Amino acid sequence: MSQPTSLGESVVQQELSGQAKNNGVSANATQTQPLWLLAEVTYRCPLQCAFCFNPTDFDKHTQNELTTEQWIDALRDARKMGAVQLGISGGEPLLRDDIEDIVVEAKKLGYYSNLITSGVGLTEKRIQAFKDGGLDHIQLSMHDITAEINNFITNTKTFKLKQKVAAMIKGHGYPMVLNVVLHRYNIGHLKEILEMAEALGADYIELANTQYYGWSLVNRDQLMPLKEQVDEAERITKEFREQSDSNMKIFFVVPDYFGDRPKKCMNGWGEVFMIVTANGDVLPCHSARVLPNMEFPNVKADGLEYAWKESPAFNKYRGDDWMKEPCRSCSEKENDLGGCRCQAFLLSGDAESADPVCSLSPNHYLIEQAIEDSQNPALSEKPIIFRTNAKSKEYGEGDKERIERFHAVP
Amino acid sequence: MAEEIKHEDIYDMALHHRFQWEAAQDSYVILFPEGMVKLHGGAGEVVQLVDGKATVGEIVTALKTKFPEVDGIEADIIGMFGMALGKAWIRKLN
Repeated sequence: MSQPTSLGESVVQQELSGQAKNNGVSANATQTQPLWLLAEVTYRCPLQCAFCFNPTDFDKHTQNELTTEQWIDALRDARKMGAVQLGISGGEPLLRDDIEDIVVEAKKLGYYSNLITSGVGLTEKRIQAFKDGGLDHIQLSMHDITAEINNFITNTKTFKLKQKVAAMIKGHGYPMVLNVVLHRYNIGHLKEILEMAEALGADYIELANTQYYGWSLVNRDQLMPLKEQVDEAERITKEFREQSDSNMKIFFVVPDYFGDRPKKCMNGWGEVFMIVTANGDVLPCHSARVLPNMEFPNVKADGLEYAWKESPAFNKYRGDDWMKEPCRSCSEKENDLGGCRCQAFLLSGDAESADPVCSLSPNHYLIEQAIEDSQNPALSEKPIIFRTNAKSKEYGEGDKERIERFHAVP
Repeated sequence: MAEEIKHEDIYDMALHHRFQWEAAQDSYVILFPEGMVKLHGGAGEVVQLVDGKATVGEIVTALKTKFPEVDGIEADIIGMFGMALGKAWIRKLN
Protein backbone atom coordinates (compact mmCIF):
# COMPACT_ATOMS: atom_id res chain seq x y z
CA MET A 1 0.00 0.00 0.00
CA SER A 2 1.40 3.32 -0.89
CA GLN A 3 -1.36 5.89 -0.56
CA PRO A 4 -5.09 5.41 -1.03
CA THR A 5 -5.23 7.67 -3.96
CA SER A 6 -7.76 6.10 -6.17
CA LEU A 7 -10.15 5.81 -3.30
CA GLY A 8 -10.51 9.56 -3.08
CA GLU A 9 -11.29 10.20 -6.69
CA SER A 10 -12.63 6.93 -7.93
CA VAL A 11 -15.29 6.81 -10.53
CA VAL A 12 -17.13 4.28 -8.41
CA GLN A 13 -17.69 7.11 -6.03
CA GLN A 14 -18.44 9.68 -8.63
CA GLU A 15 -20.94 7.57 -10.44
CA LEU A 16 -22.55 6.21 -7.36
CA SER A 17 -22.36 9.05 -4.94
CA GLY A 18 -25.92 9.93 -5.83
CA GLN A 19 -27.24 6.71 -4.45
CA ALA A 20 -24.77 6.56 -1.60
CA LYS A 21 -26.09 9.73 -0.01
CA ASN A 22 -28.28 8.32 2.65
CA ASN A 23 -27.76 10.11 5.38
CA GLY A 24 -28.43 10.24 9.04
CA VAL A 25 -29.38 6.64 9.71
CA SER A 26 -27.54 3.38 9.88
CA ALA A 27 -26.89 1.11 6.94
CA ASN A 28 -29.50 -1.47 7.74
CA ALA A 29 -32.06 1.23 7.06
CA THR A 30 -30.34 2.75 4.03
CA GLN A 31 -28.87 1.90 0.68
CA THR A 32 -25.20 1.88 1.64
CA GLN A 33 -23.28 -0.88 -0.08
CA PRO A 34 -19.63 -1.89 0.16
CA LEU A 35 -19.00 -1.57 -3.57
CA TRP A 36 -15.27 -1.42 -2.99
CA LEU A 37 -13.56 -4.17 -1.07
CA LEU A 38 -9.94 -3.52 -0.26
CA ALA A 39 -8.09 -6.61 0.88
CA GLU A 40 -4.92 -5.55 2.66
CA VAL A 41 -3.67 -9.12 2.58
CA THR A 42 -0.38 -8.49 4.36
CA TYR A 43 1.46 -5.62 5.99
CA ARG A 44 4.80 -7.18 5.16
CA CYS A 45 6.67 -5.24 2.50
CA PRO A 46 10.15 -5.36 0.98
CA LEU A 47 10.06 -1.58 0.51
CA GLN A 48 10.42 0.93 3.33
CA CYS A 49 8.67 3.96 1.87
CA ALA A 50 8.76 7.06 4.01
CA PHE A 51 5.25 8.07 2.90
CA CYS A 52 3.54 4.73 3.47
CA PHE A 53 -0.04 4.96 4.57
CA ASN A 54 0.01 1.75 6.61
CA PRO A 55 -0.18 2.01 10.39
CA THR A 56 3.24 2.57 11.91
CA ASP A 57 2.58 -0.32 14.30
CA PHE A 58 1.86 -2.75 11.43
CA ASP A 59 4.39 -5.17 12.85
CA LYS A 60 1.72 -6.33 15.34
CA HIS A 61 -0.31 -7.70 12.45
CA THR A 62 2.34 -9.59 10.53
CA GLN A 63 2.11 -12.85 12.51
CA ASN A 64 -1.65 -13.36 12.46
CA GLU A 65 -2.63 -12.98 8.80
CA LEU A 66 -5.83 -14.50 7.48
CA THR A 67 -5.46 -17.85 5.70
CA THR A 68 -6.31 -18.37 2.03
CA GLU A 69 -9.64 -19.94 3.01
CA GLN A 70 -10.52 -17.01 5.24
CA TRP A 71 -9.78 -14.58 2.41
CA ILE A 72 -11.90 -16.56 0.00
CA ASP A 73 -14.79 -16.60 2.46
CA ALA A 74 -14.46 -12.85 2.90
CA LEU A 75 -14.52 -12.32 -0.86
CA ARG A 76 -17.62 -14.46 -1.18
CA ASP A 77 -19.47 -12.70 1.64
CA ALA A 78 -18.60 -9.21 0.41
CA ARG A 79 -19.73 -10.08 -3.10
CA LYS A 80 -23.12 -11.12 -1.74
CA MET A 81 -23.35 -7.68 -0.16
CA GLY A 82 -22.70 -5.96 -3.49
CA ALA A 83 -18.92 -5.56 -3.58
CA VAL A 84 -17.72 -5.44 -7.17
CA GLN A 85 -14.35 -3.71 -7.24
CA LEU A 86 -11.67 -5.68 -5.43
CA GLY A 87 -8.30 -4.19 -4.56
CA ILE A 88 -5.64 -6.67 -3.46
CA SER A 89 -3.19 -4.58 -1.54
CA GLY A 90 -0.83 -4.58 1.39
CA GLY A 91 2.07 -4.12 2.33
CA GLU A 92 3.24 -5.97 -0.72
CA PRO A 93 0.59 -8.57 -1.58
CA LEU A 94 3.06 -10.57 -3.66
CA LEU A 95 4.81 -11.63 -0.47
CA ARG A 96 1.93 -14.09 -0.10
CA ASP A 97 2.07 -17.13 -2.32
CA ASP A 98 -1.72 -17.54 -2.55
CA ILE A 99 -2.57 -14.41 -4.56
CA GLU A 100 -3.08 -16.71 -7.55
CA ASP A 101 -5.83 -18.58 -5.64
CA ILE A 102 -7.45 -15.34 -4.52
CA VAL A 103 -7.44 -14.04 -8.10
CA VAL A 104 -9.13 -17.18 -9.44
CA GLU A 105 -11.85 -16.96 -6.81
CA ALA A 106 -12.35 -13.23 -7.46
CA LYS A 107 -12.92 -13.91 -11.14
CA LYS A 108 -15.33 -16.74 -10.38
CA LEU A 109 -17.33 -14.43 -8.13
CA GLY A 110 -17.53 -11.65 -10.73
CA TYR A 111 -15.23 -9.07 -9.17
CA TYR A 112 -13.29 -6.57 -11.22
CA SER A 113 -9.97 -7.23 -9.54
CA ASN A 114 -6.92 -5.05 -9.13
CA LEU A 115 -3.52 -6.01 -7.76
CA ILE A 116 -1.88 -3.01 -6.11
CA THR A 117 1.83 -3.69 -6.04
CA SER A 118 5.32 -2.27 -5.81
CA GLY A 119 6.29 -4.80 -8.45
CA VAL A 120 8.72 -6.57 -6.17
CA GLY A 121 8.07 -10.29 -6.52
CA LEU A 122 6.24 -10.08 -9.85
CA THR A 123 7.72 -12.73 -12.13
CA GLU A 124 6.78 -13.93 -15.62
CA LYS A 125 5.38 -17.07 -14.06
CA ARG A 126 3.19 -15.23 -11.58
CA ILE A 127 1.87 -12.64 -14.00
CA GLN A 128 0.95 -15.41 -16.43
CA ALA A 129 -0.94 -17.17 -13.63
CA PHE A 130 -2.75 -13.92 -12.82
CA LYS A 131 -3.68 -13.45 -16.46
CA ASP A 132 -4.93 -17.02 -16.75
CA GLY A 133 -6.78 -16.68 -13.45
CA GLY A 134 -8.64 -13.57 -14.61
CA LEU A 135 -7.00 -10.70 -12.73
CA ASP A 136 -8.33 -7.55 -14.42
CA HIS A 137 -5.59 -5.05 -13.77
CA ILE A 138 -2.39 -4.28 -11.96
CA GLN A 139 -1.55 -0.96 -10.39
CA LEU A 140 2.14 -0.33 -10.09
CA SER A 141 3.69 2.24 -7.80
CA MET A 142 6.41 4.40 -9.33
CA HIS A 143 8.40 6.98 -7.45
CA ASP A 144 10.50 9.10 -9.71
CA ILE A 145 12.36 9.35 -12.97
CA THR A 146 15.65 9.10 -11.14
CA ALA A 147 17.10 6.03 -9.48
CA GLU A 148 18.44 8.33 -6.80
CA ILE A 149 15.05 9.54 -5.53
CA ASN A 150 13.33 6.20 -6.10
CA ASN A 151 15.93 4.39 -4.06
CA PHE A 152 16.08 7.08 -1.40
CA ILE A 153 12.37 7.39 -0.66
CA THR A 154 11.75 3.61 -0.70
CA ASN A 155 15.04 2.93 1.08
CA THR A 156 15.64 0.12 -1.43
CA LYS A 157 17.33 -0.30 -4.79
CA THR A 158 14.18 -0.89 -6.80
CA PHE A 159 14.39 1.63 -9.63
CA LYS A 160 15.44 -0.74 -12.41
CA LEU A 161 13.05 -3.41 -11.24
CA LYS A 162 10.10 -1.07 -11.60
CA GLN A 163 10.96 -0.26 -15.19
CA LYS A 164 11.20 -3.98 -15.93
CA VAL A 165 7.92 -4.77 -14.21
CA ALA A 166 6.14 -1.96 -16.08
CA ALA A 167 7.19 -3.56 -19.35
CA MET A 168 6.06 -6.97 -18.12
CA ILE A 169 2.60 -5.66 -17.21
CA LYS A 170 2.21 -4.03 -20.60
CA GLY A 171 3.57 -7.11 -22.34
CA HIS A 172 0.81 -9.24 -20.85
CA GLY A 173 -1.88 -6.97 -22.23
CA TYR A 174 -2.80 -5.38 -18.93
CA PRO A 175 -3.90 -1.78 -18.74
CA MET A 176 -0.97 0.16 -17.34
CA VAL A 177 -2.10 1.91 -14.19
CA LEU A 178 0.65 3.83 -12.47
CA ASN A 179 0.48 5.40 -9.06
CA VAL A 180 2.95 8.09 -8.11
CA VAL A 181 2.90 9.56 -4.63
CA LEU A 182 4.05 13.17 -4.81
CA HIS A 183 6.15 14.77 -2.11
CA ARG A 184 8.92 17.30 -1.76
CA TYR A 185 11.52 15.02 -3.31
CA ASN A 186 9.78 14.26 -6.61
CA ILE A 187 7.15 16.95 -7.17
CA GLY A 188 9.66 19.08 -9.08
CA HIS A 189 10.04 16.24 -11.62
CA LEU A 190 6.37 16.02 -12.47
CA LYS A 191 6.67 16.87 -16.14
CA GLU A 192 9.37 14.23 -16.60
CA ILE A 193 7.30 11.72 -14.59
CA LEU A 194 4.33 12.27 -16.91
CA GLU A 195 6.57 11.88 -19.95
CA MET A 196 7.98 8.66 -18.53
CA ALA A 197 4.47 7.33 -17.91
CA GLU A 198 3.47 8.16 -21.44
CA ALA A 199 6.60 6.51 -22.84
CA LEU A 200 5.83 3.38 -20.81
CA GLY A 201 2.40 3.33 -22.45
CA ALA A 202 0.44 4.06 -19.28
CA ASP A 203 -3.33 4.10 -19.65
CA TYR A 204 -3.90 5.74 -16.27
CA ILE A 205 -1.65 7.63 -13.93
CA GLU A 206 -2.63 8.69 -10.47
CA LEU A 207 -0.69 11.61 -9.07
CA ALA A 208 -1.29 11.29 -5.40
CA ASN A 209 -0.17 14.21 -3.34
CA THR A 210 0.90 12.71 -0.02
CA GLN A 211 -1.82 12.63 2.57
CA TYR A 212 -0.57 12.50 6.09
CA TYR A 213 -1.41 9.27 7.89
CA GLY A 214 0.78 6.46 9.20
CA TRP A 215 4.43 6.83 8.20
CA SER A 216 3.76 9.91 6.11
CA LEU A 217 2.40 11.72 9.17
CA VAL A 218 5.51 10.81 11.12
CA ASN A 219 7.56 12.26 8.25
CA ARG A 220 5.27 15.17 7.46
CA ASP A 221 7.81 17.93 8.09
CA GLN A 222 10.25 16.27 5.72
CA LEU A 223 7.80 15.31 2.96
CA MET A 224 5.49 18.27 2.56
CA PRO A 225 6.19 20.35 -0.54
CA LEU A 226 5.69 24.10 -0.73
CA LYS A 227 2.32 25.47 -1.79
CA GLU A 228 4.01 26.98 -4.85
CA GLN A 229 5.30 23.53 -5.84
CA VAL A 230 1.81 22.05 -5.56
CA ASP A 231 0.34 24.87 -7.65
CA GLU A 232 3.03 24.34 -10.26
CA ALA A 233 2.34 20.59 -10.29
CA GLU A 234 -1.32 21.28 -10.91
CA ARG A 235 -0.46 23.66 -13.71
CA ILE A 236 1.89 21.12 -15.34
CA THR A 237 -0.78 18.44 -15.10
CA LYS A 238 -3.34 20.69 -16.75
CA GLU A 239 -0.94 21.68 -19.49
CA PHE A 240 0.04 18.05 -20.11
CA ARG A 241 -3.62 17.04 -20.39
CA GLU A 242 -4.21 19.75 -22.97
CA GLN A 243 -1.10 19.16 -25.04
CA SER A 244 -0.66 15.41 -25.04
CA ASP A 245 -2.29 13.41 -27.83
CA SER A 246 -2.13 10.13 -25.94
CA ASN A 247 -5.20 8.69 -24.24
CA MET A 248 -3.47 8.51 -20.87
CA LYS A 249 -5.91 9.50 -18.16
CA ILE A 250 -4.42 11.56 -15.36
CA PHE A 251 -5.96 11.68 -11.89
CA PHE A 252 -4.56 14.47 -9.76
CA VAL A 253 -5.37 13.95 -6.11
CA VAL A 254 -5.41 17.38 -4.52
CA PRO A 255 -3.47 17.73 -1.27
CA ASP A 256 -5.97 18.72 1.39
CA TYR A 257 -3.52 20.69 3.51
CA PHE A 258 -3.38 23.34 0.81
CA GLY A 259 -7.11 23.46 0.17
CA ASP A 260 -9.60 25.26 2.35
CA ARG A 261 -12.30 22.61 2.46
CA PRO A 262 -11.79 19.05 3.64
CA LYS A 263 -12.11 15.97 1.46
CA LYS A 264 -15.23 13.83 1.69
CA CYS A 265 -13.12 11.11 3.16
CA MET A 266 -13.83 7.63 1.72
CA ASN A 267 -16.95 9.21 0.25
CA GLY A 268 -18.43 8.95 3.70
CA TRP A 269 -17.78 6.60 6.59
CA GLY A 270 -19.17 3.16 5.81
CA GLU A 271 -20.81 4.31 2.57
CA VAL A 272 -19.06 2.45 -0.26
CA PHE A 273 -15.70 1.22 1.05
CA MET A 274 -14.88 -1.72 3.21
CA ILE A 275 -11.35 -2.71 4.10
CA VAL A 276 -10.32 -6.06 5.46
CA THR A 277 -6.84 -5.89 6.94
CA ALA A 278 -4.16 -8.58 7.09
CA ASN A 279 -5.37 -9.85 10.46
CA GLY A 280 -9.06 -9.68 9.54
CA ASP A 281 -10.06 -6.38 11.10
CA VAL A 282 -12.86 -4.77 9.10
CA LEU A 283 -12.45 -1.01 8.71
CA PRO A 284 -14.26 1.82 6.94
CA CYS A 285 -10.90 3.45 6.13
CA HIS A 286 -7.20 2.64 6.25
CA SER A 287 -6.30 4.37 9.46
CA ALA A 288 -9.51 4.05 11.49
CA ARG A 289 -7.74 2.04 14.18
CA VAL A 290 -6.10 5.23 15.46
CA LEU A 291 -9.49 6.45 16.73
CA PRO A 292 -10.10 6.21 20.47
CA ASN A 293 -12.85 4.17 22.15
CA MET A 294 -13.65 2.21 19.02
CA GLU A 295 -13.77 -1.52 18.67
CA PHE A 296 -13.58 -2.72 15.10
CA PRO A 297 -15.17 -5.96 14.00
CA ASN A 298 -13.04 -8.83 12.73
CA VAL A 299 -14.06 -11.26 9.99
CA LYS A 300 -13.02 -14.23 12.08
CA ALA A 301 -15.36 -13.43 14.94
CA ASP A 302 -18.08 -11.30 13.43
CA GLY A 303 -18.42 -11.85 9.70
CA LEU A 304 -18.70 -9.08 7.12
CA GLU A 305 -22.44 -8.65 7.13
CA TYR A 306 -22.50 -7.85 10.82
CA ALA A 307 -19.43 -5.64 10.41
CA TRP A 308 -21.00 -3.53 7.67
CA LYS A 309 -24.59 -3.36 8.81
CA GLU A 310 -24.68 -3.76 12.55
CA SER A 311 -21.31 -3.05 14.12
CA PRO A 312 -21.22 0.08 16.27
CA ALA A 313 -17.93 1.08 14.62
CA PHE A 314 -19.37 1.21 11.10
CA ASN A 315 -22.46 3.05 12.26
CA LYS A 316 -20.66 5.55 14.44
CA TYR A 317 -19.97 8.19 11.78
CA ARG A 318 -22.62 7.36 9.25
CA GLY A 319 -24.86 10.28 8.48
CA ASP A 320 -24.40 13.50 10.45
CA ASP A 321 -25.87 12.89 13.91
CA TRP A 322 -22.37 12.83 15.37
CA MET A 323 -21.41 16.26 14.08
CA LYS A 324 -20.50 19.23 16.25
CA GLU A 325 -20.46 22.87 15.32
CA PRO A 326 -19.34 24.40 13.02
CA CYS A 327 -20.12 21.32 10.87
CA ARG A 328 -23.61 20.69 12.21
CA SER A 329 -25.12 23.89 10.84
CA CYS A 330 -22.73 24.27 7.91
CA SER A 331 -24.29 24.59 4.47
CA GLU A 332 -21.49 22.45 3.03
CA LYS A 333 -21.78 19.51 5.39
CA GLU A 334 -23.31 17.28 2.73
CA ASN A 335 -20.39 17.97 0.40
CA ASP A 336 -17.61 16.93 2.74
CA LEU A 337 -19.26 15.36 5.79
CA GLY A 338 -16.88 17.33 7.97
CA GLY A 339 -13.80 15.75 6.40
CA CYS A 340 -11.72 12.96 7.83
CA ARG A 341 -12.33 11.62 11.34
CA CYS A 342 -8.82 10.20 11.62
CA GLN A 343 -7.20 13.46 10.58
CA ALA A 344 -9.41 15.40 13.00
CA PHE A 345 -8.34 13.11 15.83
CA LEU A 346 -4.66 12.83 14.99
CA LEU A 347 -4.26 16.57 14.72
CA SER A 348 -6.67 17.92 17.33
CA GLY A 349 -7.32 15.02 19.68
CA ASP A 350 -11.08 15.22 19.00
CA ALA A 351 -12.43 12.74 16.46
CA GLU A 352 -15.79 14.49 16.24
CA SER A 353 -14.45 17.94 15.52
CA ALA A 354 -14.27 19.46 12.05
CA ASP A 355 -11.30 18.29 10.00
CA PRO A 356 -8.68 20.98 10.74
CA VAL A 357 -8.09 21.29 7.00
CA CYS A 358 -11.35 23.23 6.84
CA SER A 359 -10.80 26.97 7.08
CA LEU A 360 -13.96 27.14 9.22
CA SER A 361 -12.52 24.76 11.80
CA PRO A 362 -11.41 26.33 15.07
CA ASN A 363 -8.38 24.03 14.77
CA HIS A 364 -7.34 25.24 11.32
CA TYR A 365 -4.28 26.86 12.90
CA LEU A 366 -2.90 23.30 13.28
CA ILE A 367 -2.66 23.01 9.50
CA GLU A 368 -1.05 26.43 9.21
CA GLN A 369 1.41 25.36 11.90
CA ALA A 370 2.16 22.11 10.06
CA ILE A 371 2.87 23.99 6.84
CA GLU A 372 5.13 26.36 8.75
CA ASP A 373 6.93 23.46 10.45
CA SER A 374 7.63 21.85 7.11
CA GLN A 375 9.49 25.01 6.12
CA ASN A 376 11.48 25.14 9.32
CA PRO A 377 14.89 23.56 8.64
CA ALA A 378 15.22 22.52 12.29
CA LEU A 379 12.31 20.13 11.69
CA SER A 380 12.29 19.47 7.96
CA GLU A 381 15.95 18.52 7.85
CA LYS A 382 15.61 15.89 10.55
CA PRO A 383 16.32 12.39 9.22
CA ILE A 384 13.36 10.63 7.60
CA ILE A 385 12.03 7.62 9.46
CA PHE A 386 11.67 4.71 7.06
CA ARG A 387 9.03 2.03 7.29
CA THR A 388 11.13 -0.73 8.82
CA ASN A 389 10.03 -3.68 10.92
CA ALA A 390 12.33 -2.61 13.73
CA LYS A 391 10.86 0.87 13.86
CA SER A 392 7.34 -0.53 13.69
CA LYS A 393 8.07 -2.81 16.63
CA GLU A 394 9.26 0.20 18.57
CA TYR A 395 6.10 2.19 17.73
CA GLY A 396 3.93 -0.80 18.58
CA GLU A 397 5.22 -0.68 22.13
CA GLY A 398 3.75 2.81 22.45
CA ASP A 399 5.80 5.72 21.23
CA LYS A 400 5.59 8.58 23.68
CA GLU A 401 6.79 11.30 21.35
CA ARG A 402 4.32 10.39 18.60
CA ILE A 403 1.39 9.94 21.01
CA GLU A 404 2.09 13.32 22.53
CA ARG A 405 2.08 14.96 19.12
CA PHE A 406 -0.66 12.99 17.33
CA HIS A 407 -2.76 11.61 20.22
CA ALA A 408 -2.09 8.06 19.01
CA VAL A 409 0.56 6.03 17.25
CA PRO A 410 -0.39 7.04 13.70
CA MET B 1 -15.03 15.54 -31.88
CA ALA B 2 -18.12 13.31 -31.94
CA GLU B 3 -17.80 10.50 -34.44
CA GLU B 4 -20.73 9.67 -36.67
CA ILE B 5 -22.33 6.30 -35.91
CA LYS B 6 -23.13 4.37 -39.10
CA HIS B 7 -25.31 1.30 -39.56
CA GLU B 8 -22.43 -0.80 -40.90
CA ASP B 9 -20.17 -0.05 -37.91
CA ILE B 10 -19.19 -2.89 -35.62
CA TYR B 11 -18.32 -2.17 -32.00
CA ASP B 12 -16.92 -4.16 -29.12
CA MET B 13 -16.36 -3.33 -25.47
CA ALA B 14 -13.27 -1.17 -25.00
CA LEU B 15 -10.20 -2.97 -23.76
CA HIS B 16 -10.25 -3.61 -20.03
CA HIS B 17 -13.95 -2.81 -19.83
CA ARG B 18 -16.37 -5.48 -18.74
CA PHE B 19 -20.14 -5.44 -19.08
CA GLN B 20 -22.11 -7.51 -16.62
CA TRP B 21 -25.37 -7.79 -14.75
CA GLU B 22 -25.10 -6.73 -11.12
CA ALA B 23 -27.87 -8.21 -9.04
CA ALA B 24 -26.98 -5.97 -6.10
CA GLN B 25 -27.52 -2.90 -8.31
CA ASP B 26 -30.46 -4.39 -10.14
CA SER B 27 -28.89 -3.13 -13.34
CA TYR B 28 -26.25 -3.69 -15.98
CA VAL B 29 -22.90 -2.12 -15.26
CA ILE B 30 -19.63 -1.47 -17.04
CA LEU B 31 -16.54 -2.15 -14.96
CA PHE B 32 -13.08 -0.77 -15.63
CA PRO B 33 -9.98 0.09 -13.61
CA GLU B 34 -11.09 1.94 -10.50
CA GLY B 35 -14.61 2.42 -11.64
CA MET B 36 -18.10 1.30 -12.46
CA VAL B 37 -20.91 2.86 -14.39
CA LYS B 38 -24.48 1.84 -13.83
CA LEU B 39 -26.48 1.62 -17.01
CA HIS B 40 -30.14 2.41 -16.92
CA GLY B 41 -32.56 0.03 -18.57
CA GLY B 42 -32.38 1.16 -22.18
CA ALA B 43 -28.63 1.67 -22.17
CA GLY B 44 -28.13 -1.83 -20.79
CA GLU B 45 -30.24 -3.28 -23.58
CA VAL B 46 -28.02 -1.63 -26.18
CA VAL B 47 -24.63 -2.43 -24.66
CA GLN B 48 -25.70 -6.02 -24.05
CA LEU B 49 -25.77 -6.52 -27.81
CA VAL B 50 -22.32 -4.99 -28.41
CA ASP B 51 -20.30 -8.12 -28.99
CA GLY B 52 -17.71 -7.32 -31.62
CA LYS B 53 -19.81 -9.07 -34.30
CA ALA B 54 -23.19 -7.39 -34.69
CA THR B 55 -23.38 -4.20 -36.75
CA VAL B 56 -25.15 -1.15 -35.43
CA GLY B 57 -27.85 -1.79 -38.03
CA GLU B 58 -28.40 -5.32 -36.75
CA ILE B 59 -28.62 -4.08 -33.18
CA VAL B 60 -31.19 -1.46 -34.21
CA THR B 61 -33.25 -4.14 -35.94
CA ALA B 62 -33.03 -6.49 -32.97
CA LEU B 63 -34.17 -3.81 -30.53
CA LYS B 64 -36.96 -2.59 -32.82
CA THR B 65 -38.23 -6.16 -32.83
CA LYS B 66 -37.88 -6.48 -29.07
CA PHE B 67 -39.54 -3.14 -28.31
CA PRO B 68 -42.03 -2.52 -31.16
CA GLU B 69 -44.05 -0.08 -29.07
CA VAL B 70 -41.17 2.39 -28.52
CA ASP B 71 -41.27 5.36 -30.87
CA GLY B 72 -37.98 6.83 -32.07
CA ILE B 73 -35.96 3.93 -30.69
CA GLU B 74 -33.41 4.16 -33.47
CA ALA B 75 -32.38 7.69 -32.53
CA ASP B 76 -32.03 6.58 -28.89
CA ILE B 77 -29.84 3.65 -29.87
CA ILE B 78 -27.61 5.75 -32.10
CA GLY B 79 -27.42 8.33 -29.31
CA MET B 80 -26.37 5.64 -26.86
CA PHE B 81 -23.61 4.46 -29.22
CA GLY B 82 -22.41 8.04 -29.54
CA MET B 83 -22.28 8.48 -25.80
CA ALA B 84 -20.60 5.10 -25.13
CA LEU B 85 -17.99 5.89 -27.78
CA GLY B 86 -17.46 9.37 -26.36
CA LYS B 87 -16.86 7.87 -22.92
CA ALA B 88 -14.57 5.22 -24.43
CA TRP B 89 -16.65 2.35 -23.09
CA ILE B 90 -16.78 0.80 -26.56
CA ARG B 91 -14.35 0.70 -29.48
CA LYS B 92 -14.95 0.52 -33.21
CA LEU B 93 -13.68 -2.60 -34.93
CA ASN B 94 -14.15 -1.78 -38.61
